[in-house]
Amino acid sequence: MTTEQTPPPPPTPPPAPTPTAPAPKPYTPFLTKLADLPLEEKFGPGHRLCSGCGPAITMRMMTKAFRGPTIIFNATSCVEVSSSPFPYTAWGVPWAHVLFQNTAACASGAVEAINKMCEEGRAKKSDVVVVGGDGGIVDIGIAALSGALERGHDLCIICYDNNAYQNTGIQRSGATPLGAWTTTSEVGEKQQGKTEWQKDILGIAIAHNIPYAASATIADWRDFINKVRRAIEVEGPAFLHVLAPCQLGWRYDPSQTIQIARLAVDTKFFPVYECVDGVYTINRRVPSPKPVVEYLKTQGRFRHVLEEKNKWLLEKIQQGVDKNWQRIVNLERATNPAAPKT
Amino acid sequence: MSQRQQQQKKKLLSWKKATISGAITTPKSSMDYKTGLWRSQTPTIDYSRCTKCLICWIYCPEPTITRLVGNPEKAVEINQDYCKGCGICADVCPVKCISMRAG
Amino acid sequence: MTLVTEAERKEEARKRMEQKVLGLRGDDAVAYAARQANVDVISAYPITPQTIIVEELSRFAANGWIKAKYINVESEHSAMSGCIGAALVGARTFTATASQGLAYMHEALYAASGMRCPTVMAVACRALSAPLNIHGDHSDVLGSRDSGWMQVFCENAQESYDLTLAAFKLAEDEKVLTPIMVNLDGFITSHCLERVNVLPDEVVNQYLPPRNAKLKLDPDKPVTFGAMALPDYYFEFKRQQEGAMTEAYRLTPKIWREYAIISGRRYANVRPYKLNDAEVAIVSMGSTSGTARYAVDELRNRKVRAGSLNIRLFRPWPGPDVARALKKVKAVAVLDKAMSFGAPATTLFEDIATTLYALPKQPTLVNYVYGLGGRDVTIAQISKAAEDVLKLARQRKKTVPTRYLGVRDQ
Repeated sequence: MTTEQTPPPPPTPPPAPTPTAPAPKPYTPFLTKLADLPLEEKFGPGHRLCSGCGPAITMRMMTKAFRGPTIIFNATSCVEVSSSPFPYTAWGVPWAHVLFQNTAACASGAVEAINKMCEEGRAKKSDVVVVGGDGGIVDIGIAALSGALERGHDLCIICYDNNAYQNTGIQRSGATPLGAWTTTSEVGEKQQGKTEWQKDILGIAIAHNIPYAASATIADWRDFINKVRRAIEVEGPAFLHVLAPCQLGWRYDPSQTIQIARLAVDTKFFPVYECVDGVYTINRRVPSPKPVVEYLKTQGRFRHVLEEKNKWLLEKIQQGVDKNWQRIVNLERATNPAAPKT
Repeated sequence: MSQRQQQQKKKLLSWKKATISGAITTPKSSMDYKTGLWRSQTPTIDYSRCTKCLICWIYCPEPTITRLVGNPEKAVEINQDYCKGCGICADVCPVKCISMRAG
Repeated sequence: MTLVTEAERKEEARKRMEQKVLGLRGDDAVAYAARQANVDVISAYPITPQTIIVEELSRFAANGWIKAKYINVESEHSAMSGCIGAALVGARTFTATASQGLAYMHEALYAASGMRCPTVMAVACRALSAPLNIHGDHSDVLGSRDSGWMQVFCENAQESYDLTLAAFKLAEDEKVLTPIMVNLDGFITSHCLERVNVLPDEVVNQYLPPRNAKLKLDPDKPVTFGAMALPDYYFEFKRQQEGAMTEAYRLTPKIWREYAIISGRRYANVRPYKLNDAEVAIVSMGSTSGTARYAVDELRNRKVRAGSLNIRLFRPWPGPDVARALKKVKAVAVLDKAMSFGAPATTLFEDIATTLYALPKQPTLVNYVYGLGGRDVTIAQISKAAEDVLKLARQRKKTVPTRYLGVRDQ
């Protein structure tokens, strides 16, 4: 009797592994040592910015991060006016200033033109960087910024935040902190400086779903320069919000610019974090934060906040700072698996 | 002659000779304007204590601190033509070897 | 003024016979021209009555019929800014707008002309709010006449096509480098379907090769654009712009001649009609000039020696051409499709009056305002205006206060 064995059923294949998104490549910053930075100064001496100017340091560090041919579009601002009084220019790169509010729009046109002309061999590939103060990016330029971010051009947009329209004489902007004195948010009987909390411009940029957005200060050169390079390298729009203290508008001795920027981070007043494709990472964790009064007391623009009668304002500022920090911690926890649990 | 007098003496171009739209075709032409005349205090580096960390170099807003590559004694040198005397270099130096002198 | 030979006329007629005839609205014609013109960047923001232009260009882009990068900007201010940014890197740029959009980008207009960006912008001229009105009049472009832009007025869809192409040539000349507005009458020209002779793509490709700018943002030669000019230099840069306008005017015969060679259509800065023996002239810009010619014919039928002058090139102002056309007439009715509130007269009248002031004898000159907010103007109204002005000339009156055609007074 032949036993015709039915061939055994083919073994069921093991279940296909559920596809997971590839783990994001860990990013290696390009800069570790100061000595590795290029020697060439693309933002030269002889500009008319104040002594000890934070934005000047911002520009200097930013140009050190360029990776190749770069074109800068600059909004009307302290940096623009002081670096280009005809016939003097402090720039060693192609640079254009058009108007106050349209820098992101001009750069959008330029970057698309460069792309097209490169395809046809009529132009050389260049990175396009947008530079603006808090005035030209956060207030009057916010529509152009929003449009450029939404359209997804390959741009690096750097907003150097000196907390007011400093160029025209220290008038308040949407980025001026609560309680700060400016010439249009004066301190007097009825009002103690600016009565509104500052706009979260980084949050606004992130809301456009851009691949990279980060905050930085000029105090931490390694962090800032690496972020600029990363912003340039990323494909698509990148936004950097940089705290650049202004000795004239904030009322402090010019030599203290870096210390004050450092204090802004150490008091959690200015959180330094980044958002890569929606994943938040706090870059400077501040394990032993100082009370915000340590930051405020260094600057003449907050002098009134230290008065006894304005204790409510100091408390309000501290609460705001704490609330903002907690918000960012929560965002990090919600989006970043590597976030610390506590 | 003061810088202002120097500038006034410089011949201003007619509309036919100036570049159109105010474009400036000489990069970093600002170097012709010596901002060093602004300062009221001058920094000096004590090279015996300098650790060559380059921190003063990266923080100078002008920049007017030059990096000297291949120089065994000095890593940086302050170019007094442009120094505005802000004092940031003295403030950030980790070993405090930069002193600001009045004048 | 060169006389056209019989051979040249035959050649031009032959050229015209060879061309495709399409049914195009004014806006379509502009979009068609922009498609052919080797534009690098198009900044698009819609506004009635120019929407067809940006819609057609989007359709072309979506089908790959156009190589230009099409950028949907978020406002007209950004539309002009995008063009400026692109022009600064050496690209050929195009955009279109109307009324509120033109007003919104007003500061950017000065920036574009001041930075010598040869952008071409089609404007479907429309009334300015308030009150809101989407119909055609010239208030928007005439309100921007000081912005340093050149301006040409198109009478119909054919001119919209031809003048858009010629505009690139004029604007990008290295001695000119001034942006230019190509003005269509909102709805009247922009939305009316007409027969348009279009040139073959290869002909336009040769006429308008890709732009090769000399001064631009180039990493090999870093240039700083948009420097701050203090009182010691600003005046010179503005004088340069006026010098460019003069150069542009000097260049117009060459531009029109080159265009006539490729298209068979011979344009000029102004279009005189039956002015050789005219006693009264009707001066206008845009589509009304067509109506004016009908009025002239109707007047001639009634033995009135009338003629008309269509101003095609508005900025730079073709003074010599206007003076030559009007030097023998006794009376001039200037029809303006815009108001200039509180002014001694409206814009076109002031330009005409300035030109005629230099003549040894001035005709009777009367200012008429018509057609605001798209109000129709009829042949009868224009004829009556011409007759009234001729009557005033016979009474030896030099001028009278501004008159209005078609507004309800009682």
